[in-house]
Amino acid sequence: MPADTAAPGPEQAYFDALADGRFMLQHCGACGESVFYPRALCPHCGADALTWREASGRGTVHATSVVRRRPEQGPPYNVALIDLEEGPRMMSRVETVAPEAVRIGMAVTAVVDRSGDDPVVVFHPAGGGA
Amino acid sequence: MSGLRGAASIAGAGTYGLGEAPGQSELEITAGAVKAALDDAGLKAADVDGVFCASMTYNMGSLTLCEYLGIAPRFSDSSMIGGSSSLAHLLTAMMAIATGQCDVALVAYGSNQRSVSGRLVSTSRPDPFESPYGPRQPITSYALAASRHMHEYGTTREQLAEVATAARAWAAMNPDAFLRDPLSIGDVLNARPISDPFTVRDCCLVTDGGGAVILTSPERARDLKRPPVPMLGGAMAHWHRAITNMPDLTVTAASESGPRAYAMAGVSVEDIDLVQVYDAFTINTVVFLEDLGFCAKGEGGAFVENGAIAPGGRLVVNTNGGGLSCCHPGMYGIFPLIEAVRQLRGDCGERQQPNPEIALAHGNGGLFSSQVTLILGTDGTL
Ligand SMILES: [Zn+2]
Repeated sequence: MPADTAAPGPEQAYFDALADGRFMLQHCGACGESVFYPRALCPHCGADALTWREASGRGTVHATSVVRRRPEQGPPYNVALIDLEEGPRMMSRVETVAPEAVRIGMAVTAVVDRSGDDPVVVFHPAGGGA
Repeated sequence: MSGLRGAASIAGAGTYGLGEAPGQSELEITAGAVKAALDDAGLKAADVDGVFCASMTYNMGSLTLCEYLGIAPRFSDSSMIGGSSSLAHLLTAMMAIATGQCDVALVAYGSNQRSVSGRLVSTSRPDPFESPYGPRQPITSYALAASRHMHEYGTTREQLAEVATAARAWAAMNPDAFLRDPLSIGDVLNARPISDPFTVRDCCLVTDGGGAVILTSPERARDLKRPPVPMLGGAMAHWHRAITNMPDLTVTAASESGPRAYAMAGVSVEDIDLVQVYDAFTINTVVFLEDLGFCAKGEGGAFVENGAIAPGGRLVVNTNGGGLSCCHPGMYGIFPLIEAVRQLRGDCGERQQPNPEIALAHGNGGLFSSQVTLILGTDGTL
């Protein structure tokens, strides 16, 4: 087996770090862009010189929706797209405020939630909104 | 203009099982549409030597359909790019006919998903970076795009609802449409909320149904039963798959496919007599009218106000009632195409437009992702 396939690929490495409570982004050494979701090749320039950097966690709500359910299925919840300070956009949810209160442009901070079966990055309003 | 302009003509079109077709398999529905299209053209299955079929349940759709129909094709394509697949197949079929790879192409699609599941079927692997957040797909993706359009351009809930009420008013004149009762803006706003800003009436139907189209050379089409509908232009583009990775949530790749299709056809927006766009959600029609050049970016909401795309409005849009009120068997792309063909041939009864010559059919796939624009004409426009 070639040496470069011995280590986990970027997708597995991302979730391994998340399980340790760290939210990591890739950084391209060739073009300087940050990359999310994790990839084998930079989608901006094609280089494979991607290294890991811990995300600042700072972001801004780019788009937001509230998923409505029948009452017996549970309460409504937020789904949002978050623009990360480093440049990439990701899907997530904003917690600690009512799902309807999430606004486009709202400043938010990432939190790694490890309370469920799989770790997940969620966001809280920035500045101690929790 | 390109050398492909008019390289093939639609010689037959048919639908089958629109709405509810309980007890019918997907292939039975598709075969019903194929029979209707062949009968329309005056051809038999043995005349077909190119088959194009994407399926949401068979990952080798053209193999499955050819075996079922007893066709051994010279050219075959099951390409899946979502709801625009059938329109993309027309583009490939035109190239196949122009280069001699086949002479008579069949493009077909069918589904029984209303009767077997009652909801939109997805066969994709769950996205590990989106599915943990529980977006109700595809609805939430389009809802996120709508939230952005409302934020940037002041598009209102009422303006989105106008798309649904216009579609319903057209459907009232289409005996094949699934929902034909009157629908008001208040009805849309007060319907069951699904994913803000959408209620269930902002969302396409889930129906059964099949559609099929026969494409051949312009010369052969002239010898067949029905008035030929030449393909004057066609183009496709896609910039992303998941909504998270859409570069600008208010601009689709239709802004690229549309102008390229116009250039091939040698037409401008003003030449287009009627528009059939894939209205999976109310926001789609607003964004596509912008991206295809019928109004400026951000003005789509105001453009559709006051019944402007309803019968008697300023632009003829989705005369069959669209995916919102006519039918939506999982992938809708072939149906706007068939409605354009029927309008150009004068088949549309109460909703028939007076002597249209140029029609646009636009397909959307994935999550505002794959975009295919076709320009069709009458034989006189060749
Ligand atoms: Zn790069």
